[in-house]
Amino acid sequence: MTDLAQDLLSSFLVAESQLNGSRNLGVVSLRKKAMDRFEQQGFPTTRDEEWKYTNLKPVLKQDYRILLKGDDAVSFADIKKYLLSDLDTYKLVFINGKYSSWLSESTHQSFDICTFAAALNKYPEVIGDYLGKAAPEGTTFVDLNTAFEDDGAFVRIKRNQTVDKPIEILYLTTDENGPAFAQNRNLIIVEQNAEVQIVERHQNIGTQPNFTNFVSEVFAAVDARVSYYKVQNDALHASLVDNTHVVQERGSNVHVGTYSFGGKLVRNNLHFYADGEHTESHMDGVTIIDDGQTVDHHTLVDHREPNCYSRELYKGIYLGNSHGVFNGKVMVRQKAQKTNAFQQNDNILLSERAKVDTKPQLEIFADDVKCSHGCTIGQLDKNALFYLRSRGIPKKEAEGLMTYAFASDALEYVKIPQLEKRLNRVIADKLGINLEFAL
Amino acid sequence: MLKIKDLKAQIEDNQILKGINLEINAGEVHAIMGPNGSGKSTLSSVIAGREDYEVTEGTIDFDGEDLLDLDPEERAHKGIFLSFQYPVEIPGVTVSNFIKTAINETRKGRGEDPMEAREMLAKMREKSALLEMDKSYLSRSLNEGFSGGEKKRNEIFQMAMLEPKLAILDETDSGLDIDALRIVANGVNKLRSKDNAVVVITHYQRLLDYIKPDYVHVLYKGKIVKSGGPELAHELEERGYDWIKAENA
Repeated sequence: MTDLAQDLLSSFLVAESQLNGSRNLGVVSLRKKAMDRFEQQGFPTTRDEEWKYTNLKPVLKQDYRILLKGDDAVSFADIKKYLLSDLDTYKLVFINGKYSSWLSESTHQSFDICTFAAALNKYPEVIGDYLGKAAPEGTTFVDLNTAFEDDGAFVRIKRNQTVDKPIEILYLTTDENGPAFAQNRNLIIVEQNAEVQIVERHQNIGTQPNFTNFVSEVFAAVDARVSYYKVQNDALHASLVDNTHVVQERGSNVHVGTYSFGGKLVRNNLHFYADGEHTESHMDGVTIIDDGQTVDHHTLVDHREPNCYSRELYKGIYLGNSHGVFNGKVMVRQKAQKTNAFQQNDNILLSERAKVDTKPQLEIFADDVKCSHGCTIGQLDKNALFYLRSRGIPKKEAEGLMTYAFASDALEYVKIPQLEKRLNRVIADKLGINLEFAL
Repeated sequence: MLKIKDLKAQIEDNQILKGINLEINAGEVHAIMGPNGSGKSTLSSVIAGREDYEVTEGTIDFDGEDLLDLDPEERAHKGIFLSFQYPVEIPGVTVSNFIKTAINETRKGRGEDPMEAREMLAKMREKSALLEMDKSYLSRSLNEGFSGGEKKRNEIFQMAMLEPKLAILDETDSGLDIDALRIVANGVNKLRSKDNAVVVITHYQRLLDYIKPDYVHVLYKGKIVKSGGPELAHELEERGYDWIKAENA
């Protein structure tokens, strides 16, 4: 057992009675069982098929503090740049895992946009109905999160309601704890025919090599519509394992966009479970990383019912000695006739030292389906480059423009213009091109 | 303006241009004709600076400067424009953003300030009207989903925006119906002046009915084997290329 695993086990004994909701017997037993599973299983290694291309060892070697203190010294000025400042939003801000009420703007009026801790007290029965129902047991990082999960965002949109403005969820870590091992959790419940837009971000605002193990469970009821954007532009010494699990009922439409530009090691486990007919599942993303960075997208869409659609488009641009991983699994169960599943992963290597491992996986048990998948790894098209240069655009700008164009169609589904603009700006910035290209 | 002397070029050890001599002065229109595979597109690519081709001998002098030392973008900044036979599709970049970038990078290359946004817009309106292009063109992705005719019109639109000294139109007539041909030719004619020159590379006489050349050259097996006035193009139209092939067998 690794030192970190041992630390986690002993910390759990201390923490068990102190965590939010410790009087809720259901939650207590959920935590205990999850910790037992973690104790048996430990952390995955590159010998595990699911972690073959991403080595966790270097980040797990670090001595982390597990039970974290908040940080009152953070002011709005410190976090402003991580928010969509030109847009009115609901805000849930957590610092080292602790809710910051003075930086947040929550509501209980028409819908619940609040903290998990508050919901544990207010709606224990809702928590009982949903907590742990989307994220699968027996996955190391999910179990670990379940055992320690103390607070996070709770969003519940009731039937037929459309949230009037986007929700921003910001998880910050600081230097307050030394290297921190942060574990938070979202619970997002969107009831029948309700609609919500969420922008989420994890940000290390200090200098410590903080690690975040995050779980987000999303429940989209009949005809619900969810747009969920993950902006990953963290500091180069921060690492993240994100486990997002989406359960969809009939006619619901869920889009999860993942925009990965920062972080030392980022692993996204994104799972969709299409549990009703006529669902639409959209997942897309842009990854642009450079020296010393790894971004690993592991996606699953599980088609369990007939007549559903899924669309998956991931674009990757790799500079320096960066390393990208894409593993996209599409499962079509026997019952799921007339499934229409599209999956595409395109990558450009802008450096000879950059590396990509890409692996589409289709498991189809129904016989009347339309499934396509493809992956490409390439350099920029020489012919197109000459075309641009022959019009007076210098080589570097031409490469930037083409790379930008390559990435930009994965932003097509972003419904918040301010966010789209912001993402365009980050992409232009990462590629070192003039903003004029992007606007 | 352009002086090509004994130009020889190859691609992957395959000699394509075998000693081209050509002089083009301001105010002139030259047509370069020839059968398929004679080296017409290679010549235009070499002038524009495509790096796939290796120039093994000869010189290209443009306004007293050796072009062969320059990158493609630097040649563009000097005023050379190549209209592509197969324009490239660039999804995600609109026509207007592309042309804005091309113009301002060209101005930067010449040490000039960027064009004022208002001036740029007015110019785009004027030139797109000249090419009878719908306004929605400008906000479409460059060449993506364009028909063959739309792509060629878009090339001439860019030429009109960039106002080159020397425009080389490589098979601009291929894939054009008669209406599009007229619009494209009309656009080119409007841009002609005593200060610029046009090279029309074509297989057929058709385009030359609209863009009247001062000189016609026949390229065959990597050499200019015949030069003459507009009447040469008519002769080729009537007699085909077999007699050229026979004369140079």
